[in-house]
Amino acid sequence: MGRLALRVFALGYLAALLLIPLGLVVFRAFEEGPGEAWEAVTTPDALHAFWLTILIAAIAVPANTVFGVLCALAVVRRRFRGHGLVNGIVDLPLALSPVVVGLALFLVYARGGWFGQTLLDNGMQVIFALPGMVLATIFVSLPFVVREVVPVLREIGDEQEQAAATLGASSWQTFWRITLPAIRWGVAYGVVLTTARALGEFGAVAVVSGRIAGKTETLTLFVNERFERFDLVGAYAASLVLALMAIATLAATTLVRKGEHT
Amino acid sequence: MPRIVLVVLAALAVCIVATSCGGSSSSSSGAGGEKSKLTLAAYSTPREVYEELIPKFQATDEGKGVTFEQSYGGSGEQSRAVEAGLETDVVAFSLAPDVDKLVDAGLVANDWASDEFDGMVSRSVVVLAVRKGNPDHIRGWEDLVRDGVDVITANPFTSGGARWNVMAAYGAAEKRGESSEESVEYLRRLFHNVSVQDKSARDSLQTFLGGKGDVLLAYENEALTAQANGEDLDYVVPDETILIENPIAVTNDGGPTAQAFVDFARTTAAQRVFAEKGYRSIRPDLVDAERYPTPQSLFTIGDLGGWPDVQERFFDRESGIMADIQREVGAPLDD
Amino acid sequence: MTSAAASARRPLTRKSAGGGLSVGIATGYLSLIVLLPLAALVVRSAEDGADAFWNAITDPQAVAALETTLVWSLVVVAINAGAGTVIAWVLVRDDFRGKAIVNAVIDLPFALPTIVAGLTLLTLYGPKSPIGVNAAYTTVGLALALLFVTLPFVVRTVQPVLLELDRDMEEAAASLGANSLQTFRRIVFPNLFPAILSGVALSFARAVGEFGAVVLISGNIPYKTEVASVYIFGQIESDNVTGAAAVSVVLLAISLLALMGIGAVRRYATRHDG
Repeated sequence: MGRLALRVFALGYLAALLLIPLGLVVFRAFEEGPGEAWEAVTTPDALHAFWLTILIAAIAVPANTVFGVLCALAVVRRRFRGHGLVNGIVDLPLALSPVVVGLALFLVYARGGWFGQTLLDNGMQVIFALPGMVLATIFVSLPFVVREVVPVLREIGDEQEQAAATLGASSWQTFWRITLPAIRWGVAYGVVLTTARALGEFGAVAVVSGRIAGKTETLTLFVNERFERFDLVGAYAASLVLALMAIATLAATTLVRKGEHT
Repeated sequence: MPRIVLVVLAALAVCIVATSCGGSSSSSSGAGGEKSKLTLAAYSTPREVYEELIPKFQATDEGKGVTFEQSYGGSGEQSRAVEAGLETDVVAFSLAPDVDKLVDAGLVANDWASDEFDGMVSRSVVVLAVRKGNPDHIRGWEDLVRDGVDVITANPFTSGGARWNVMAAYGAAEKRGESSEESVEYLRRLFHNVSVQDKSARDSLQTFLGGKGDVLLAYENEALTAQANGEDLDYVVPDETILIENPIAVTNDGGPTAQAFVDFARTTAAQRVFAEKGYRSIRPDLVDAERYPTPQSLFTIGDLGGWPDVQERFFDRESGIMADIQREVGAPLDD
Repeated sequence: MTSAAASARRPLTRKSAGGGLSVGIATGYLSLIVLLPLAALVVRSAEDGADAFWNAITDPQAVAALETTLVWSLVVVAINAGAGTVIAWVLVRDDFRGKAIVNAVIDLPFALPTIVAGLTLLTLYGPKSPIGVNAAYTTVGLALALLFVTLPFVVRTVQPVLLELDRDMEEAAASLGANSLQTFRRIVFPNLFPAILSGVALSFARAVGEFGAVVLISGNIPYKTEVASVYIFGQIESDNVTGAAAVSVVLLAISLLALMGIGAVRRYATRHDG
């Protein structure tokens, strides 16, 4: 029956491409026993990589959220000249290769770049240090809040906001009491996507990190480094941690979707 | 509306400025000052060595109380990083040109190589890594250009270390009596047999260990490290091969403590660690002749004209011999 | 991703006092984070003159890398168009135990770091594969990596449209004697087409820039499996920053075109809406 055939195809495709490979990673992570896997991800370097990843996300996500809401408001409500261009630029990080992102940041902040020498002369280390990695992460996770909030803003229209204004509310009150509650699911979803992207960034951060063990190595870089040092258990175990974080963000997505429809 | 937003943005800005200032203040105290922290930027292979050397150094008088920050990566990558602003006190790369680049950038003194060891800290040779038991009976360079032999090497344009491989192959041909044209022809035939060129030496080792290829051009110390990690490979030291020499240097930012560390790396105690981990020591008396056989025709990069000359002749991106060969090998008509 | 919302555009009749500031902050942030680095990229690529730029982008290996990127991204998005639609169909119209889990799992490639994706595929389809399938260092490996990272896009754009689709027309067609294939082709597909196209455009944009997943499994063989992002990486490594910047600019242009395509599809899709 056609239905069964479609189901078999769909499930088979997903299994072959997604489920089985992931299952294998889990298997390999625990191949030498759960103790080994646990040890591999609790070494000082591994723990530092974990916390560094979280720290970077903790800076990048709020920044992009604030920007995202402001930008969405500006683009939809203000309709200023050039808003279409802004919309386009916001989407750019979605399509850009992380290597290109890393190179571009390099050309600005490294010695020999536009601001590189000035920064270094003033004792500010941007590239090969936390700020550079934060900038790279902000770049690649920039679009999500904007993209999720813009359609919601468009859909709800601004009649309520206008009504509030005629009733004498200040723009801050209007935003806080009317707009924000209306867009909260868009914002929430955008935050989840931004977080997922920020936690998982590899390419751009690899170029700007300097790979200082225990200092500028994120968890994704840690996976790469373990793999290169023949420590497969370490690589798979750390990958598992990242996969679990991805699944946690997925669970958050589902919760947000559920909340949206209640 | 503006207030909270401004507060958040201000906090963010303060965060970023604070971390960027804090990051460098602990390592910059002017050239020549006493340091309690040293930053080492090295290529990836000797990581296990330095991880042992550092505690040993910290147990000495000069090393007491010194903390270390270590960064490892591809030799060229690391050199570029230091050039671009990675603050370092000691650099340890795979080949001298990566240090010379820093001299050009004004980050390393131009007399870095004028000590009794010519600026080097470890040695190795290029070997031919094969499957356990050598099923294809590889004995030397000439076997690599046989029909059907699949050779793995890193890409010499992205891996400085892979340039050792190329020069070993070329020099070996010359040592066998071939003219320089014939030796270039050998390189051409060799690269026609190369199926994968990974971006770094470590990557190419992984590729080979993953089952791809019949022979891997590798450094002896890489092969020994792999064996020590339980990987299934053997290696052949060909009769003619090049002496790999790895440099170490203090940057202009580094002070007396950095120099002390570099000196320490050359002491007998430290060199023993290198020897244990598969390197040929720069101290000849520490080179165990059984474990590290001396090839019949060992030559150095100096014998081939020295790195500056070789870089131009072979590795110039446009006109270098290897650039030509790469283009030819990759020609779409080839299959 | 939320469903394409009907845009309820109203002319702006009122200025909000804080609005000007929001525009200023938004454009300032955007300029600092995105425009500034990209400007540096473009400037750097042109710094050595037009000749150097032209030579860099017509370098045979660069051209081959761009070709490989474009060809395989197109192949992959074509596969996605089909497979993604089928998966969306099954998730919406079919029912089976565990469907909710399958539905949630679709987003996994989106959330998973690319390096983990690459490692995952390498484990099953690489040299140490337990099932003996070794696609590493081949274009198949490359395709697998790209398929993995672009999996969610078509599924997630088609799903909401399918959900909202009115079954009446299909039922009417069935009662008039059309078989399911005809119904699909004539009734359902035209409605899905904009959504599929949108997902395809997003997949394409994602695929052309992919690095992390590809770099582990494809072998990065010049002229064969080397994609543009890996080529650029290689140029940076061999100190050819001008060349890297030049090819990056080309890749940037391709990304921009892909994005304009997405925008155009979005407008086409919502052209009949309010």
